[in-house]
Amino acid sequence: MHVGLEHYLTVSFLLFALGLLGVIMRRNLIVIYMSLELMLNAANLALVAFSRFNNKLDGQVLVFFIITVAAAEVAVGLALIVALYRRRQSAHVEDLTSMKL
Amino acid sequence: MKHELFPWLILFLPLFSAATITLFTLRSRSVSAFLSIGAVVTSFVLSVLFVSANGFHPAVTEISKSWLSIGNLQIDFGLKLDALSMMMLFVVTGVGGLIHIYSVGYMHDDPGFSRFFAKLSLFTFSMLGIVLANNFIEMFIFWELVGVSSYLLIGFWFEKPSAGDAAKKAFITNRLGDFGFLLGILMIWGILGSLNFSNLQGQLAVNSAALGTAATMAGLLIFCGAVGKSAQFPLHVWLPDAMEGPTPVSALIHAATMVAAGVYMLCRVLFVLNADALHVIAYIGGFTALLAALIAVQQDDIKRIIAYSTLSQLGYMIMSVGLSGPTPAMFHLTTHAFFKALLFMSAGSVIIGLHHEQDIWKMGNLRSKMPVTFWTFLVGALALSGLWPFAGFFSKDSILAQALAQHNYLLFADGVFIAGLTTFYIFRLLFVVFTGKEKSEHASHAHESPAVMTLPLVVLAIFSLIGGFIGIEETYRSMWAGEAEKSAGFAATAFAPFHQAPIAAGLGILVFVVGIVAAYALYAKAEKDPLPAMLGPLATAMKNKFYFDELYEATVIRLHDFIAAIFGFIDRWIVEGLCIGFVRGGTDLAGRALRLLQTGNLQTYAFLFVLGVAVVLWLVLK
Repeated sequence: MHVGLEHYLTVSFLLFALGLLGVIMRRNLIVIYMSLELMLNAANLALVAFSRFNNKLDGQVLVFFIITVAAAEVAVGLALIVALYRRRQSAHVEDLTSMKL
Repeated sequence: MKHELFPWLILFLPLFSAATITLFTLRSRSVSAFLSIGAVVTSFVLSVLFVSANGFHPAVTEISKSWLSIGNLQIDFGLKLDALSMMMLFVVTGVGGLIHIYSVGYMHDDPGFSRFFAKLSLFTFSMLGIVLANNFIEMFIFWELVGVSSYLLIGFWFEKPSAGDAAKKAFITNRLGDFGFLLGILMIWGILGSLNFSNLQGQLAVNSAALGTAATMAGLLIFCGAVGKSAQFPLHVWLPDAMEGPTPVSALIHAATMVAAGVYMLCRVLFVLNADALHVIAYIGGFTALLAALIAVQQDDIKRIIAYSTLSQLGYMIMSVGLSGPTPAMFHLTTHAFFKALLFMSAGSVIIGLHHEQDIWKMGNLRSKMPVTFWTFLVGALALSGLWPFAGFFSKDSILAQALAQHNYLLFADGVFIAGLTTFYIFRLLFVVFTGKEKSEHASHAHESPAVMTLPLVVLAIFSLIGGFIGIEETYRSMWAGEAEKSAGFAATAFAPFHQAPIAAGLGILVFVVGIVAAYALYAKAEKDPLPAMLGPLATAMKNKFYFDELYEATVIRLHDFIAAIFGFIDRWIVEGLCIGFVRGGTDLAGRALRLLQTGNLQTYAFLFVLGVAVVLWLVLK
């Protein structure tokens, strides 16, 4: 079977949808965080696929950027979650509603 | 013209003193008193120097600076310098200066000593402004300033509710009159297109019917201002209540200057008033004089008696203006300033000597204990009653002669009758307070006041004695009758009334004798007032001031409260409830609804965010 661009994009879409569902549905911050990473990687997959099928390297360059930013984001985000947990003794989103009036 | 700067200095020195005291020297009593007295005395000296250099008719009668112009409305800030204004300068700064000095003694123990002097200076400034103003707007501004400073001075002891009420009453009653005054000014400006006194006088001299049918109306509206300031019927009710202020204030404002402003203003703008308006003015004056004299007969408060006497004398002056006699009016104003300030300050001396006792039936036999006060009071009383050769005789006589000359026998009889009443009530006061037995504990321990208080009394007493024949009348007459008559010498002037108007002078002396005899018979040895038993209900009515306060309470104030209630209702329910409430309530409701969207839950936001993206995508890709 020939594997074309549409197959890659379908996988990418499924990954993105799963990640989004995780962000919206899951309650634990760590899991939400992992779901976010999943969405980023879905975007990466789509970019790499476009790059391969269009014979251009632009998409791959963008992927490098995304990976770098994601790494930094993980460092900062995890630190925030740890600090939050120490203060509130909880990492559940429903406990973190102090923005509500 | 020499010393052109002097008039400006005369006007602004008291303002400078008021500002300096208020800003810097409130803590230092002696510096404040020095500044205030210094300012007014310097103004007096400058006035004297100015007049001795330029005479009463300087070459330039007006100096003015353009102040503002709106469209074709030109307003100057100018000074009018003629016999009328310069004689008034002498009265305001001279008598005012003596009262300033007297205040040092009277207010000696008051914690608000410096504040008092600041307000006195502010008042002097405003009064000088009225005197020197050369146009209607400038005069109106100072007119209102006088109202404000009188409000401040009457309410000086503001911790007493009665003083606060009296201050408000004086201010609001004055404002009523001033409203008419302002309308009159607008009317004159609308028709003649100018506000400057000399310009208006010129226009009316060329064409006396320039004001057309509005002339009477305009004149009467202008007169409204004088009715308020000079406390004429029906706005006379504020003056007796204003006695709540310290006694120097009563002497300065409610005897010598502020209440005289109305008379002065009428004389200044006499050219605007036509025959009909003058007629009304004369009868209002005559009626006020009679009413106030009757009320004065049955008052028991020493200051209130003198206050009603002031009302009555002001009625005389207004009546004289109405009889087209500005000279007698201004003459009486000047002599009245001397002897009424003297009477008030003597009364103040009595009040201080008796530790703030004002009921005359708790005094008695003060003649031996306060000799200087007694003798000066006697001079004041004789001048007020019009005994030859005291000042009051000449001015009162010239008013009566004016009434005779105009063939207005009703007002002449009115004037003669009031002269008798005046003698009666002032000697009732004098006999009860200074002779007979002591009627209270305080009266037996009375003591004479310090020299700083008695000295001004003596000076004023001298002027009350000689004021009639030192050329005051001639100076005023030169204002309206062109060239001054040759001064006839003291002796000739002193006897002139008996030659010129023997009926008026003779009747004046006659009613004086009747008045003093009646007062002696009734009050020389009285323990309590014998008059109520003799007059019955009339005496009760006099004692209650003919129920004017009650009448106004029941009519004007009731009506005012009713209108206020209606507008209060409209404001509370329609403006605030409907209009403002609708906008406010709508905003509030929208805010509450929108607030529900903010749950604080991160995932809800994320979900809405995605939903938004989905909608945008759907719209774009459709």
